Amino acid sequence: MTRTTIDLWVGFFVALGLAALLFLALKVGNLATSGSGETYVIEAKFDNIGGLKVRAPVKSAGVVVGRISEIRFDPEAYQAVVKMQLDTRYRFPRDTFATINTSGLLGEQYIGFEPGGDTDMLKSGDVIKKTQSAVVLEKLISQFMFSKAAEDGTGSSKE
Amino acid sequence: MDKAYKTGSKVAQFLQYLGNTVTKRIFRLGFAARFFVAIFLQSGTAFRRLNLTLREIYFSGVLSLIIILVSGLFVGMVLGLQGYDTLQRYGSTEALGILVALSLVRELGPVVAALLFASRAGSAITAEIGLMKATEQLSAMEMMAVNPIARVVAPRFWGGVVSMPILAALFSAMGILGGYLVGVKLIGVDEGSFWSQMQASVDFQKDILNGVIKSFVFGVIVSWVAVFEGYDADPTAEGVSRATTRTVVTSSLAILAADFILTAFMFTGA
Repeated sequence: MTRTTIDLWVGFFVALGLAALLFLALKVGNLATSGSGETYVIEAKFDNIGGLKVRAPVKSAGVVVGRISEIRFDPEAYQAVVKMQLDTRYRFPRDTFATINTSGLLGEQYIGFEPGGDTDMLKSGDVIKKTQSAVVLEKLISQFMFSKAAEDGTGSSKE
Repeated sequence: MDKAYKTGSKVAQFLQYLGNTVTKRIFRLGFAARFFVAIFLQSGTAFRRLNLTLREIYFSGVLSLIIILVSGLFVGMVLGLQGYDTLQRYGSTEALGILVALSLVRELGPVVAALLFASRAGSAITAEIGLMKATEQLSAMEMMAVNPIARVVAPRFWGGVVSMPILAALFSAMGILGGYLVGVKLIGVDEGSFWSQMQASVDFQKDILNGVIKSFVFGVIVSWVAVFEGYDADPTAEGVSRATTRTVVTSSLAILAADFILTAFMFTGA
């Protein structure tokens, strides 16, 4: 094995490795979709964020318009403060309604924007006033059970 | 009186044996650590005469390509089959891409590639250096004022350290292709959701970069153990064979232990 052949093979090997890493980064990971373009920051306060995570998407009409950059707890209002980075291409009215949704039954949670009719647009650093918390499945079930029990109770008293 | 003395001597013998074994291990560990530092101090030659290192990358990296690529493909295909079987019980077969990609990039890629690398390349390095020592080539080098650590050990060490992350990345990529072949082409999971769900949940920094860091650490561990066992081998045929076995056992255990520690650091918490 001469030196040039070894050089050739090692070069081929390293190139193959870089190609694999590129494949992982672009096709498997989210490097291509994240951090592209300029963003502005919006905050929203929620009573309950459920299982929302940092880097979860912000969607409007199903299209990803930004990502969650930070989640922290406000110890005075006892609320969760969610910081979002939105793409500067997308502007939303000041009375936009932010809800926490789940994609599918077991899917990840994301923030959905429903734009209002205000002519003023949200600026960087603004706080969204109207929010709706995550739906907690246990609460939903317990509400259902209580209403069901109440129904049964009234039903039996009638008889 | 006599009896008590006898049992006492047995206990003493046992303690002596225990202490001897432990101190020997600690001595070896100390020597290994000193050796590790020596490799770094003597690495100048390995970088200045780059073709020495390139040759080792060829031997430990390029020649391991076949086993890594084929194993990666099969591991990915098995993940595709098993993952589909489990996920379809919950009616979420679209998540197959996430399962395959995350398990490969985070764990299986670095760990299995490192285990294969330890048995394929690590054992070869140990055998080579051990045999050089047994045939007194290392002493001959010293006679000629050539430092064997700089000339023989350091290039092999760095060759292994460079090769390992590349092999792990190839293993992961190949495995994901295998999972894609089985999941999408054979079973018929939707191709769009396979890739898009994968992209949505695999984070470049958190998953892929941490996997690369893991494989780099494993590369250091395997190469270090391999060159040390070779250098420290008894200069006999039996000694070399025992050193080769020890390389595979020690580096495999060290990889798994290090993997636990690294995972605890990287993937716990939010």
